[in-house]
Amino acid sequence: MQAIRTAGLTKYYGRARGIEKLDLTVEEGEFFGFIGPNGAGKSTTIRTLLGLIRPTSGSASVLGLDIEKDRQRILSQVGYLPAEAAFYPGMRVGEVLRLSAGLRGRDCRGAAEELCSRLQLDVSRKVEELSLGNRKKAAIVCALQHEPRLLILDEPTSGLDPLMQRAFFQILRERNQAGVTVFLSSHVLSEIQRNCTRAAIIRQGRLIACDSVEGLAQAGARRVTVHGQADVSGLSGVRDLQQTGEGVSFLYSGDMNALLSVLAQGCIRDLSLTEPDLEEVFLHYYEERGVDA
Amino acid sequence: MTVFKLELRQGKTALIVWTAAIGFLLAVCIFLFPEMKGEMVTLTSVFASMGSFTAAFGMDRLSFGELSGFYAIECGNILGLGGAFFAALTAVNVLAKEEKDRTAEFLLTHPVSRGRVLAEKLCAVLAQITAMNAVLLALSLGCMAAIGEDIPWRAVLLLHLGYFLLQTELAGVCFGISAFIRRGGPGIGLGLAAAMYFLNLISNLSSSAEFLRYVTPFAYCEGADIISSGTLDTALVLLGLGYAVAAAAAACLHYTRKDIR
Repeated sequence: MQAIRTAGLTKYYGRARGIEKLDLTVEEGEFFGFIGPNGAGKSTTIRTLLGLIRPTSGSASVLGLDIEKDRQRILSQVGYLPAEAAFYPGMRVGEVLRLSAGLRGRDCRGAAEELCSRLQLDVSRKVEELSLGNRKKAAIVCALQHEPRLLILDEPTSGLDPLMQRAFFQILRERNQAGVTVFLSSHVLSEIQRNCTRAAIIRQGRLIACDSVEGLAQAGARRVTVHGQADVSGLSGVRDLQQTGEGVSFLYSGDMNALLSVLAQGCIRDLSLTEPDLEEVFLHYYEERGVDA
Repeated sequence: MTVFKLELRQGKTALIVWTAAIGFLLAVCIFLFPEMKGEMVTLTSVFASMGSFTAAFGMDRLSFGELSGFYAIECGNILGLGGAFFAALTAVNVLAKEEKDRTAEFLLTHPVSRGRVLAEKLCAVLAQITAMNAVLLALSLGCMAAIGEDIPWRAVLLLHLGYFLLQTELAGVCFGISAFIRRGGPGIGLGLAAAMYFLNLISNLSSSAEFLRYVTPFAYCEGADIISSGTLDTALVLLGLGYAVAAAAAACLHYTRKDIR
């Protein structure tokens, strides 16, 4: 079954573009990354899937249910972690967790206790006194305590220290191994690369690439590092050219024979061709289309 | 009932403060009555010299020497204005605050329909208004008994019923407004309640402004009318409740389709 499917999903805020003709499919059980810079349309996509905003056109389903007709059934099976968690003032963390469980008509005390223990969250603290990180932890427990089939996480690690990030992703991996689908929206590319099996890149409201993380890295270019002298100025497909102390380094997506011919005319002491990391791929997708990432 | 309970919890402090403040002023006024009653001759001549303002407050048709007349004018204004402010403030914030404080995202990503959220929030507003009015009625009756006066039951009960209906109407209208706004609720709520109060004064001052009686809920809470007729103006009450129901229905239609930011 598909955990998420959108077909031509479009959202305009008045005349301002949110997302345009978004076609996206996430299979159940996937650990899926959703990449894009601020304002690309990641949160608009998520908010549309959760029924907070209505699509201008197109359709979408979550866990096989229509987002407009079956909102409640969808939400009962989804755990959502917002980028900026806000809670009702005057409440303690424990009360917020009970409120969240109560709104779901569930008793989640056991799962909440375990999650709070793993994330070192003090349930007796008032929400106004919480740091950004502890606020995020409370939101994580709210999203996970009812053991949802699909987790939608919007910038989940902002505010969490590295140790907590590790504990959080460990929990996510365990849930994913148990069959839970994880939809991770982020602009922290390293966490997508470390955890996700597939990812999609969104730019200006449109999906510009969707593939396995390895596939995305391979589809882009190679990082070529040359020790010695070589004139690559006439070579097409060269980007991010950097002069190093011992030679040059650049991203190359052109014809490999042409590259070897040019290098053969130079004086090369050493040469390496490596797959670029996701960050370089991301920049490649953005720069190729003349947009600042 | 989770949203209902949450709303009651969120509004608990405001309910206690407003009830205590209005109750304190009501009690002070009632305890002043025995002293005022003794100075009736002086007071009557003072009020008679106030020109059209005497009519604006209905003082030309009520006797300050009787507890019912005194209560309708002095306490009626406290209960009328105070209750209207509380009802308007509570209702105008009840939906708008969720978006202003960014808690709407938390609430509406749980499996609760927007219709249910609206219904439970409206019930919570009405429950708070009912609780405040019950306490204030009991307090007023207690204070009247304490000063040793015969309680004018019918007048007092009708006045309190009128003000309860006024608050319900204002709450319904402000609830409707709350669904359309994201911020600025308190100003709108207080402004609306104050405007309704002054529209009633204007309608009392000039016969050409009498049509305002069909706009402001203070018209059917006019103490002089209630005491002299021994009843509430049913047509005005039904019209007012119609406004409230229409506004709440508009809130429901809009909020269930609204984009939450």
